[in-house]
Parts: sequence; C-alpha cells; structure tokens
Amino acid sequence: MVRLVYLARLRDSLGTGTESVDLPGEVGTVAALLEWLSRRGGAWKREFAPGRAVRIAVNHDVAGPETQIRPGDEVALFPPVTGG
Amino acid sequence: MTVRVQREDFDVGREIAKLRAGTAGVGAVASFVGIVRDSNEAAEIRTLTLEHYPGMTEKALGDIVAEAARRWKLCDTLVIHRVGELRPSDQIVLVAVTSAHRGEAFAACQFIMDYLKTRAPFWKKELTPTGERWVEARTSDDEAAARW
Repeated sequence: MVRLVYLARLRDSLGTGTESVDLPGEVGTVAALLEWLSRRGGAWKREFAPGRAVRIAVNHDVAGPETQIRPGDEVALFPPVTGG
Repeated sequence: MTVRVQREDFDVGREIAKLRAGTAGVGAVASFVGIVRDSNEAAEIRTLTLEHYPGMTEKALGDIVAEAARRWKLCDTLVIHRVGELRPSDQIVLVAVTSAHRGEAFAACQFIMDYLKTRAPFWKKELTPTGERWVEARTSDDEAAARW
C-alpha cells in the first residue's frame, strides 16, 4: 500500500485529502503515478495533465519524475508553495 | 537553531531576546517579519488561511536554516511560521539571525526568506468579498530564490 496525500488546492479540486492505494506493478515512479491518477478522468485528468504545475514529495522529500515509489511510502501531491 | 510552526502569535522582542541570550560573540541581529496585507490583486482580504504539511514543513525549514549555516558564519537562527486563519495586519512569519557582524546576518536572513517562499510547504487561501481563492505562486519569488 502507498499513502497518497493531496494538499491545498489539489485537495479541494479532487475532493479528497488522503487515500491508501495498491499500485499496479508498472507504477513504480512519480511520473507513472501521475499518469495512472490522470486516468481516473474528470478533475484528476485536469490536475495531472502534462504541463500542470504539480509538486511531489516522497516521504517528505521533494521528488522528481524519476523518483521511485515503494510500498509503505507516503506520496504528497500539491501545488507550488505560497508561504511566507 | 530553532524552527516552529504554530497557530499562536509571537512577540518579536521576546523571541529575539531569547535568541540572543546565552550566546557570546553576537554583534548583529537581523530579522524579518511578514505581515498579512489588507488587499491582494485589487481585492480586499478578509482572512488569510495558512495550510502546511506537518512533518515535511518542519523538515524543509530545518534544511533551509542548515543551508544558511553552511553558507555564512552564524551564531543562531530562529524561524517561526504561523498556520491557521489570520487577518490583515497579523504577523505571519519571523526569521531572526544572529552573527558576529551585520553582513552575515543580513544575507542569511534574506536567503532564508527567499528559500522559505519557494521551498517550504505552506499554502495561502484568501477570503475576499467575492469568495475564497487559493493564492497562486509568483515567478518573482522563484527569481528571488534563484539569485542565491
């Protein structure tokens, strides 16, 4: 199982804050996860379309498209940050 | 060095006094306080709600402060960032840096703020007379962080 966390605007537009999912074997990277989520259609397709500004963290570290995702990981998906 | 994410307000004078206490050799304190503005992009702001990602936010702030300590010779550093619902003129963030001389303190304080704005997971949602909206990231903040 992988725990997915949606934050800020993403949580609002997707209508969910967290979920636990069993990822198919071929979904082993951040890029593959985004593509897999976008296949849900609707808001998922819009938010995770190529070119959308989505930031990813795996286990609280900033991740890139090639970052590996393994069972037990916490993957957070969020828009560019606006603190300070 | 200290990093705090909290709902409560803070007293700048008291925090700086605590930061200086017990540290010999401090010759300079530089600090920055961020305040909620009463308008943004031509709209009146009624409330500003700050969200964070518990765990990662504290870690990201700690990494930024550690990077500042690698780049400049500092005595101590304090970062306090508030979360929850704030109102115009409320304090949002405090960065305070002590060092032997002003140059290191000024530079490190500005560096920490520029990195915080672009790397620490916080998000702002504004309530205006026409409803709620998430604040969009600014490219000028990315440019400010890139110069370091």
